[in-house]
Amino acid sequence: MRMDIVLRVLAKLLIPFALMFASYVQFHGDFGPGGGFQAGVIVAAAIIFYAVIYGLPSARKVVPDGLIEALIAIGVLIYAGVGVAGIVLGGNYLDYFVLDHNPVHGQHRGIFWVEVGVAITVAAVMLKIFYAFAARRRDAEEDDA
Amino acid sequence: MGAAAIGIARQRNLFGVVLLSGIYSFLMATLLVVLDAVDVAMTEAAVGAGISTVLLLGAIYLTGGTESKPMHKPWLPLFIVAATGGTLVYGTLGLPAFSDPDAPIQQHVAPRYLVEAPKETGVPNVVTAVLASYRGYDTLGETTVVFTAGIGIITLIRRRKTRQKRGSGEETG
Repeated sequence: MRMDIVLRVLAKLLIPFALMFASYVQFHGDFGPGGGFQAGVIVAAAIIFYAVIYGLPSARKVVPDGLIEALIAIGVLIYAGVGVAGIVLGGNYLDYFVLDHNPVHGQHRGIFWVEVGVAITVAAVMLKIFYAFAARRRDAEEDDA
Repeated sequence: MGAAAIGIARQRNLFGVVLLSGIYSFLMATLLVVLDAVDVAMTEAAVGAGISTVLLLGAIYLTGGTESKPMHKPWLPLFIVAATGGTLVYGTLGLPAFSDPDAPIQQHVAPRYLVEAPKETGVPNVVTAVLASYRGYDTLGETTVVFTAGIGIITLIRRRKTRQKRGSGEETG
């Protein structure tokens, strides 16, 4: 795999486009099909692609384990935080109308941040599962050595 | 899709099973596109055909490439599966016809969402509006489920880092 120059060049070409597509799905989710879950999965797929071509250690350098584990929780906290922000500004939990003077803009803002939270958690969990599976044999061998 | 499903059930070579399930997922995604559920199709293609294929290949790498012969005859599970499937198919006979405008689901909250959501939320995609705004609690619950799954995977599969490994882990990167 390490010497496969075609795959490596292709991966380098494709991964930016995959990430770009993910952000399109994320930020255009209001208008077209898509949203946080789909975007998160596509981000995770792009990084998994990178890990498959360039090897797990280099992927772990780009997106370290600690960062992923933190992001799993950060996504949920962003989502829940939007709800708390609604309470602080005088509405109910997960009430977006109060997030801006204009209720419609408040809805926009609320949905945006909620989707960001979903995307972060989904991408991080997918990557974590992949890392856990892909690293298992390697870690076992290292422990034996 | 039926052929792919039968192939998955008959095949003993797990590598073939993984590839067939990827094909099955892609077919499912096209079916969902036909049903105008592009969001779900996107998810199916990315999760079902993309990530789960990689994860299953990783699992095969850990366990081995062929399924062992079953120890028991499959008649009882086959009977249960067939009976459950038959009951579900029988249940669908009572459903209203596909995309029937008079179906109860179209009479309940759906018209309100379709009429009010663009005005109230300013989001043209009603699916996003319903998921993130009207059913925000629901989606928060789903996100928490994903979060819990991640925590479960971490606790179940991750190997405890020994001190000796942490010392040697630096130069492997």
